[in-house]
Amino acid sequence: MPRNPQLNADGKLQHLLSIEGLPREILTQILDTAESFVGVTEREVKKVPLLRGKSVFNLFFEGSTRTRTTFEIAAKRLSADVINLNIAASSTSKGESLLDTVANLSAMQADIFVVRHGSSGAPYLVARHVKPHEHVINAGDGRHAHPTQGLLDLFTIRHYKKDFGGLTVAVVGDVLHSRVARSLIHGLTTLGTPEVRVIGPQTLLPAGVEALGVRVFHDMSAGLRGADVVVMLRLQNERMTGALLPSAQEYFMKYGLSAEKLALAKADAIVMHPGPMNRGVEIDSSVADGPHSVILPQVTFGIAVRMAVMSIVAGN
Amino acid sequence: MRILIKHGRIVDPASGRDATGDLLLADGRIAALDGEASGASAERVIDARGLVVAPGLIDLSARLREPGFEYKATLESEMEAAVAGGVTSLACPPDTDPPLDEPGLVDMLRRRAKALQRARVYPIGALTVRLEGERLTEMAELAAAGCVAFSQANVAVTDTQVLWRALQYAATFGYPVWLRAEDRWLARGGVAHDGEVATRLGLAGIPVFAETVALATLIELVRSTGARLHVCRLSSAAGVELMRAARAEGLPVSCDVGIHHVHLSDMDLGYFDAQCRLEPPLRSRRDREALAQALAEGAIDCAVSDHSPVDDDHKQLPFAEAEPGATGLELLLPLALKWGAERKLGLARTLARVTCEPARILGVAAGRLAPGAPGDVMLFDPEAAFRVAPEALRSQGKNSPFLGYELTGCVRATLVAGKVVYEQP
Repeated sequence: MPRNPQLNADGKLQHLLSIEGLPREILTQILDTAESFVGVTEREVKKVPLLRGKSVFNLFFEGSTRTRTTFEIAAKRLSADVINLNIAASSTSKGESLLDTVANLSAMQADIFVVRHGSSGAPYLVARHVKPHEHVINAGDGRHAHPTQGLLDLFTIRHYKKDFGGLTVAVVGDVLHSRVARSLIHGLTTLGTPEVRVIGPQTLLPAGVEALGVRVFHDMSAGLRGADVVVMLRLQNERMTGALLPSAQEYFMKYGLSAEKLALAKADAIVMHPGPMNRGVEIDSSVADGPHSVILPQVTFGIAVRMAVMSIVAGN
Repeated sequence: MRILIKHGRIVDPASGRDATGDLLLADGRIAALDGEASGASAERVIDARGLVVAPGLIDLSARLREPGFEYKATLESEMEAAVAGGVTSLACPPDTDPPLDEPGLVDMLRRRAKALQRARVYPIGALTVRLEGERLTEMAELAAAGCVAFSQANVAVTDTQVLWRALQYAATFGYPVWLRAEDRWLARGGVAHDGEVATRLGLAGIPVFAETVALATLIELVRSTGARLHVCRLSSAAGVELMRAARAEGLPVSCDVGIHHVHLSDMDLGYFDAQCRLEPPLRSRRDREALAQALAEGAIDCAVSDHSPVDDDHKQLPFAEAEPGATGLELLLPLALKWGAERKLGLARTLARVTCEPARILGVAAGRLAPGAPGDVMLFDPEAAFRVAPEALRSQGKNSPFLGYELTGCVRATLVAGKVVYEQP
């Protein structure tokens, strides 16, 4: 297999494409750097000059408001110039290829490309074709990876639980289609989490998921028992009825997180969700807004984590 | 024109012969071997010292992309590629645009191919009109125009009633049917083997049972109709086992495997290498091992290049969006040699899988070096190595998972019907 395309010849982070394959030291470096940026985001003047004069292109081939906005805020707080391109509605609909789009933007002197694309692996293709000084950050590709989301999830867990050493983390729901789940699972196993569980019906778990280093549960109660962290995954509307699931109601009955089910987890368990939530489908409002929920802090931390990633790749 | 090939290592897989000697071609055929050949007069004498002299390769699946996909490849480019790869006969699947579902198209393809005077081309007709799986083609007309078998290329017939009737109709006239075994519903949306690698990469999977479910259906229909079925591109260990059982039962079935599939597995997808996007998908290492072993044992009859030239615009895309397929005509020989060497089969047994065995399935007399057989011969240097690079390929398709690899086995000359059609410059 070729060298990990994320790392440069010195083993430093050139692009952030996936959490898989990143050494523990790099993950820790990102989380530690993010820690230092949390302070910045809480100051009155929320800016540091680390990326002054640099251009960050947000290349979103798939619609997203939240992720794009947090990348934009993160880049601006690092004093970079940010250009948002909603490609879903522009060039590619005119038939321009992904690589042509990137080549054109590259000619406009980009430093960082933040890429979201509906096809797994698309950011790898971009990374293979950019100039040596340009960096690619994967903002979500197909079902494959969403590394900054995974990192902010790791950051959140570390913030509340301090250490991964004794934790049981349960990831619940549509793992099959979830890039968030894949990224988080790789991060958790790399950082030494002893027990990572996935919980869902067979139709929403991918083939051979155990090979990712997780324990599989189909019964939610059994899977939640003793958990320190519960991560609920979003269920896309189009998957609520059809060949994978009969109905949103039945899904909530079996795999929705209610206060009752949450009581099976540890008393100090935290509840996370990558957003946007489907209240009443994967999570009950009383839990989403309840004392165990850290869903909004996740969003805040997301900005610090993205600042950390951008400053690290641009500095390498 | 009489051509005498002297002092070559003559390997005839059909007879098992592997010994140095001389070979005489006359009137488009193999005229004589060894003693009888040595003293004969000839217009041209080729010194084959250090080279293997073997029957030209017979490739049961090579897409020439005409008509319809001339931007991917042309008959000119691909016929050059064929003979440069030692391929002297090839069967082309019907997935052109329009598909080979009308005698006129088949006739034109054959004429064009013949005029180029390179390899022999055997068109495979479409089994159903436009490959849509609804109406039968005029098989008798197509056969008269030169189709040697009927196929759906990579498009499955989903309506089993139509599939049943198509096999019945073909069986009535003894036409062979060549089909891939893949359940279209189970494979729907999938782009990679449904296993750990696809799970890790977040690629939609095609489960092994997409092959075995379809294969079980096909075998059952053969049992009922008696149709002669050739299963194209087996991909899994489980598929191999079903074929073994069908054969043991005495059913009129045969099968092939793509040459890439005996070398590569889903692990080779690496970081989304679209060159490894193939149909059927590369499966697990266990499957690859079973395919390579079955080919050695003869449970799989032959290996094919499944040559599919794809232009960069359709390959330089995210994995799932990239067009499947790899160029193969010029790599069939070195990849077969690599497989044979890994299995320690010896040259005659190795070459049998790409010469006399596919000839048997195609029903042609080529693929052997006996006197009277067609004068289709290749000369290659079994020790010469080359690096697979776009500029080293004559095919217009430069798409290969083996780009950058060093492979062994270089064709020095190719003869079709007793005429030299390729010589290494």
